[in-house]
Amino acid sequence: MAKPILDVENLSVDINVPSGVLRAVQNISFSVARGETLCIVGESGCGKSITALSLMNLLPRTARRSADTLLLDGQDLSSLREREMSDLRGNAMAMIFQEPMTSLNPAYSIGNQLEEAMRRHRNVSNSEARDRAVFLLEKVGITGARGRLGQYPHQLSGGLRQRVMIAMCLMCEPALILADEPTTALDVTIQAQILHLLAELRDEFETSLILITHDLGIVARVADRVAVMYAGEFVETGTAEQVFNAPSHPYTQGLLRCIPIPGKTKRGAHLGAIPGIVPNLVGRLEGCHFASRCPHVHDACRSGQLALRPAFEESHHYRCVLSPEACAENLKSGVAA
Amino acid sequence: MSDPVIEARDVTRTFMIGSGFMRAKKPLHAVNGISLNVERGEVLGIVGESGCGKSTLARMMLGLLTPTSGTLHLDGQLVGSADRIEVARILQPIFQDPYSSLNPRKSIGNIIMLPLRVQKDPNPETWRKRTEEIMDLVGLPTRVFNNFPSQLSGGQRQRVAIARALINRPKIVICDEPTSALDVSVQSQILNLLQDLRAEFGLTYVLISHNLAVIEHMATRVAVMYLGRIVEQNETGALFETPMHPYTQALLDSVLTPEPGLGVPDTHLGAAYPNPVDPPSGCTFHPRCAAVMDQCPKQFPPRVAVRGGMVECHLYAGGAGKKARKGKKNER
Repeated sequence: MAKPILDVENLSVDINVPSGVLRAVQNISFSVARGETLCIVGESGCGKSITALSLMNLLPRTARRSADTLLLDGQDLSSLREREMSDLRGNAMAMIFQEPMTSLNPAYSIGNQLEEAMRRHRNVSNSEARDRAVFLLEKVGITGARGRLGQYPHQLSGGLRQRVMIAMCLMCEPALILADEPTTALDVTIQAQILHLLAELRDEFETSLILITHDLGIVARVADRVAVMYAGEFVETGTAEQVFNAPSHPYTQGLLRCIPIPGKTKRGAHLGAIPGIVPNLVGRLEGCHFASRCPHVHDACRSGQLALRPAFEESHHYRCVLSPEACAENLKSGVAA
Repeated sequence: MSDPVIEARDVTRTFMIGSGFMRAKKPLHAVNGISLNVERGEVLGIVGESGCGKSTLARMMLGLLTPTSGTLHLDGQLVGSADRIEVARILQPIFQDPYSSLNPRKSIGNIIMLPLRVQKDPNPETWRKRTEEIMDLVGLPTRVFNNFPSQLSGGQRQRVAIARALINRPKIVICDEPTSALDVSVQSQILNLLQDLRAEFGLTYVLISHNLAVIEHMATRVAVMYLGRIVEQNETGALFETPMHPYTQALLDSVLTPEPGLGVPDTHLGAAYPNPVDPPSGCTFHPRCAAVMDQCPKQFPPRVAVRGGMVECHLYAGGAGKKARKGKKNER
């Protein structure tokens, strides 16, 4: 296999809160190959956005990041100083934020904001930067791009703003794009267009993509590989086919039962549910993090630390005391989580 | 057999939008001639992109906005002539965001009880008991009676909003994106609860959502809105199996079901949503339509009755209904 663009081992993020230390992300490991899409899926508060921010080193001051390995294209991110890190941001790695309303600066024209990254990182003239901005705006499907450069964010619709964010991301041809809920604020039609566009651009520029979302539909359609996150940990990782066709962890199985699937779920029938709430992550959590909500819980779940274990197929892992056979049996018997 | 609880006849609502200093205001037809019946006991789903007027329509049903023209009857009473409190007795809303729709300085019990107080319920001594009953029904532990909204999770807050809506036994509940602010695992609990309560109280729902999977699951009939008009309306099964209007087809194509390997569909919708102040001529959907014909930009499309519903499109005028796409569904 080719050398991965991003290699992360045992990444943890601790946040100091008044009541102690909140362990937002706990020992997660993953790698992303060139041109590959990794989706991190989970519910709010599971630590998926913090993971993205920690990769960009944009964490709040109260948070501490630690990792055994944190390599972007062979370069160790954990040893970089802030100035060196800002040379990478927007250059080798770029991020698309959730809210296109709040992540663009309302006081500057979009042309100005697009060109900024390129002028910061590359030794280019103003007209070169402008040409690149126009080229990319057209690439992301904005017509009359040259005339739009003077417009301000408030003059654009939500879909257009998100396209501008994507174009901005691509200005310096980053090797890795982190997209945190890029389409959550948008209509389904625009969502399909933006995701289609991201997939096209990924193929064209061989960019790697880490997509963070809570929408299982998006994950299934976009991801090469999937990591399901729960309470700061990866509970299941594998290819999209493995995770969706043979979900092993009770949480993944439960999530997939919660959503109505047109044509599959009986109309009006009761949907599956996951009772209970996410555990408090302040302090050390013993045993399986999902134990308090799991329908298959027993004594062995409540103590010790669980490691990711292999499922039937290679590259498919999950974090549970149950054997792969038992998990497959649970899936079949449909004991709703 | 027809027993409509909401009857809308040619309802329009126009807002005057300022286009700048010293310039004339322009009309924006947020709702542009909607006729619609909601039958007792059904769940009417309303779908459409943002800006299509679905929330304006809901606010008119709630009596929060008056129609510019046309009439709206609620359970036989003309909205606007009826007392606001009278309307509230028939119909209650559940809003999208349980973080902003609950007063943060009132306790849960007071929030749920408020409709009884506003409607001057004659038996104040029963309020506490009725509040606890309804909390029990929506799955809220009675120990949170004296808590404040900030102490509850998103799902619990939405249960509070549901309890408040139902305490005075309304006939109709208007749910505007009831689950889009919630996590997947909580969303399914709220949807299940809404289904149970509908059976329990014989409620009628108007369900507004952009999540088509939720609409398909919950609704018995669906109306698709585009630029202030209903462009297609039909039974849920018929609409999802054989969508007729090209816009409905594009909408359904955009739904991403969790089936790996299918990729992201290209909806060919191209151009962005048009500016509603300056809508396209003729059929307002024609600039984005894949099946556009000569007459589309010129003429307003006819309203064609089809089996179980209606569609507003030139494609089906004069019995040309054969053009409904066939066999395409399996490709999705």
